[in-house]
Amino acid sequence: MSLDFKFAPDDFGGFFRDETFRDTFTYRNSDPRRFPFPFDRDDYMYSVNMEPHVPGRKGTAFEHMLDVDEHYIAEMIDRAKVLAEDPLRCQSLPHMTLAGWDTLELIMEAKARDYPQWFSLTKDGNRWHWVNRPLGIEQSFTFLDESTLPYPPFEYIMRQTQGDWTLQDERDGTLWMDAGIATSQADWSVDFDVGMNFHEWHAPVPLAHEKGVFDRALKFLLKLQHGAPVRRFNWTMTVNPLLDTAPETYPKWGPSKTTITQENMGKKQHLRVELQSLYRLPRSNAIAFDIRCYLCSFEQIVTVPKWARRLHRVIRDLPVELATYKGFIRNRDAMVEWLSQYDDGAPTSPGWFPDD
Amino acid sequence: MSGGAKLQVRVAEVVEVNDLVKRFRFVSRDGSLLPAFSGGAHTVVEMDDHGVRRLNPYSLMSDAEDRSGYEISVRRDDQGRGGSLYMHRHVVPGMEMTLSYPVNLFPLDNRARKHLMIAGGIGITPFLAQIAQLTHFGGRFELHYAARSKALGAYMDRLTSAHPDRVHCYFDDQKQVIDLEKVLENQPIGTHLYVCGPKGMINWVLSTAEAMGWPKQALHHEEFLAPGTGLPFTVELAASGKTITVGPTQSLLEAMEAAGVEAPYLCRGGACGQCETVVRKCDGTILHRDHWLTPEEQAANTKIMPCVSRFEGKTLVIDR
Repeated sequence: MSLDFKFAPDDFGGFFRDETFRDTFTYRNSDPRRFPFPFDRDDYMYSVNMEPHVPGRKGTAFEHMLDVDEHYIAEMIDRAKVLAEDPLRCQSLPHMTLAGWDTLELIMEAKARDYPQWFSLTKDGNRWHWVNRPLGIEQSFTFLDESTLPYPPFEYIMRQTQGDWTLQDERDGTLWMDAGIATSQADWSVDFDVGMNFHEWHAPVPLAHEKGVFDRALKFLLKLQHGAPVRRFNWTMTVNPLLDTAPETYPKWGPSKTTITQENMGKKQHLRVELQSLYRLPRSNAIAFDIRCYLCSFEQIVTVPKWARRLHRVIRDLPVELATYKGFIRNRDAMVEWLSQYDDGAPTSPGWFPDD
Repeated sequence: MSGGAKLQVRVAEVVEVNDLVKRFRFVSRDGSLLPAFSGGAHTVVEMDDHGVRRLNPYSLMSDAEDRSGYEISVRRDDQGRGGSLYMHRHVVPGMEMTLSYPVNLFPLDNRARKHLMIAGGIGITPFLAQIAQLTHFGGRFELHYAARSKALGAYMDRLTSAHPDRVHCYFDDQKQVIDLEKVLENQPIGTHLYVCGPKGMINWVLSTAEAMGWPKQALHHEEFLAPGTGLPFTVELAASGKTITVGPTQSLLEAMEAAGVEAPYLCRGGACGQCETVVRKCDGTILHRDHWLTPEEQAANTKIMPCVSRFEGKTLVIDR
C-alpha cells in the first residue's frame, strides 16, 4: 500500500493552484483578502488571545473548522518531499496511537462534512471508506486497526492535511508534546521538542513568561472540552514563500534574509501567519494543536489599505526582543521603510477584516 | 458558556441493578451518534426537580466505542441533597434530559505498563468504561473491587465472567479486605494505580502506596464531592451587583444560577477548578470543601470554589 498522488491542475475547475514553495517559488494568493490578517489593532504584544473556534465569515479562512484552500494540493506535494528527505519530521510516541486515530476521525469527519465535493467518508461500523478526490486517494480500512492503513493513523491523515499538528498528552497537571509533524513551521523542530512538556517547549519565548502568559494558557488548555475547540493567531516573517523553515535546514534558507532590498521587498518578504486551533480529543483525552500556516507577500498585503497602515505601525513599534525572537530584527528597519510609503497616518478601524 | 457544550438526550432505559443502584441509558434525541469519550470521563446531568435545577456529575460507565448511547449508574443517597433521589424516583424512559459533553478528570495514563484499579462500591463505574477501552486496545489491567455485600456488588458478575483472572472481589459483610500491601508489592515497574471509592478508602490506598515508595505520578484518584448542606448564608456578588442568600441544601453556585448570574463550571464537585472565584472581602470563615485550591490558597481566603464551598460569618463579597 502507498499514498502516491499526482496533480492534474485542470481538474476541479482549476480551483487548486499548481505552484511551488521552493526553488521557483510560484506560490501566491489569488485573492489576498482571504488571507487571515492577524492584527486587530495597531500594536502587538503577547497575550493568550484565545477565542472559540467556531465557523466564521463566508469566503474567509474561518468559514469552516478546517480550511481547505487553493494551496491544498501544492502543500501536500511539498510535505511529501520534506518527509521523503527527513522522516523524523513526523513522530508519534507509542502511547499516542489512539490520539492519532482521534485526529484522523476529527479531520475526515470535518472535511467530508464541509467539502462534500472533494471528500467523502462512509462508515459501516468500524469498516470505513475514505475518498480524497483532490489527491486521488481512495481507502477502505478498519478504524482502530493500524494494519489496514499504509501509514500509522497520524501520519496517514497528516499527509492529507494542511498545517503542522502536534498531539499533547495530558498528565501530571501539564501537557506533553508526544506526537507531531512539522513541515511548514516557523523555525521549530518536532524531533527536538517531542516528549517535552508545555513549559519546556515554550521556554525560549521572550517576555511572555514575565507576564505569566504560559501559566494562564496552560490552565486554560487543561480545561479545554471536547466539542468546544478554541483558536488563536501567531505570526512571523519569512523571506520567499517557503513553507519549510525548519531549524534542521537553516543553513539552506537562513541566508535568504540577507537578500532583501527596497526593490524586492514587496515580492520577497512575506508575512507568515499561524492560525492555531486546539481540540480536545475524545478517546485519548489528548489535545490536538493545529498550526496552519498562511503566507502573504508584502505587495499583496498592501492592496488592502487598512492592512498596509496597520502592518507598518505594528512592525515599527514592536519590542526589539520580539523582532529578534521572530528572526527579522536584521530587516526590521528596511521593512518599516518600505511599508511607510503605504501609511498615510489615517486611523484604522478595529478588527481584522478589510473595511470594504 | 457555563458548563461548555451540551448534549440533548432522551432516557432510553432505566434498570434497577440492586437495592441502591439504578442504571440509566441515554440516547441522542435526533438519533445521531453521541461523541466518543475516554474511560474515566464523567457527564453532568441536568435535572429539573419540580422547579429546582440540579446538576450532578456521574461517571460514564458504558463502552466508549458504543456511540449509540451513554450509561451511568446512580447510587441512591437518602440523606443527600436530592439529585440521586430525583434520578431514582422521577427519571423514566422517554424523558428528555440534557447532558454536558464528557469531561475526563480521571484518565488512564496510556504509557502505563499495567493499570492497577481499586474500586469501592459505586466507585466501580469509571473503571467499567476504562476496562472496555483497555479491552479494545489491549492494555493490561488488574481490578480489586470491594462492596458491602454480594447483593450490592454492582456489575461484579459481568466483570468476573469477562475477565476471570483479572478481577478480584471483596465483601465487607464477609469481613474480606484487600491485602493492599501484597497487591502493591507484586506489580511490575511502570504500573499506574487508580482508586475510586469512599474518601477513607482513597486515603488508605494512596497513603499506603506512598509509604511503599510508589511515585506520585503513578497514583490517580477520583472523588466527587457532593456539595454538602449547611447553614444558610448571604453573599454579595460584586460584578453583578446582587446580594443572594444560599439555602441550606443549595450550593453557592446553584444560588447564583437561580439568581440569573452566569457562572462558569464543569464538574460541580470541587475537582476541576473551572468555577474558581476571587474573594473581594471576607469577614468570617470560608468552609473550603474543594480539592482544587492548595491548602495555602484556602488559608488565604482570597479564592472560593462556589460549587462546593460555603461560608459562615458576617460579610462575603465575591467577584462574580
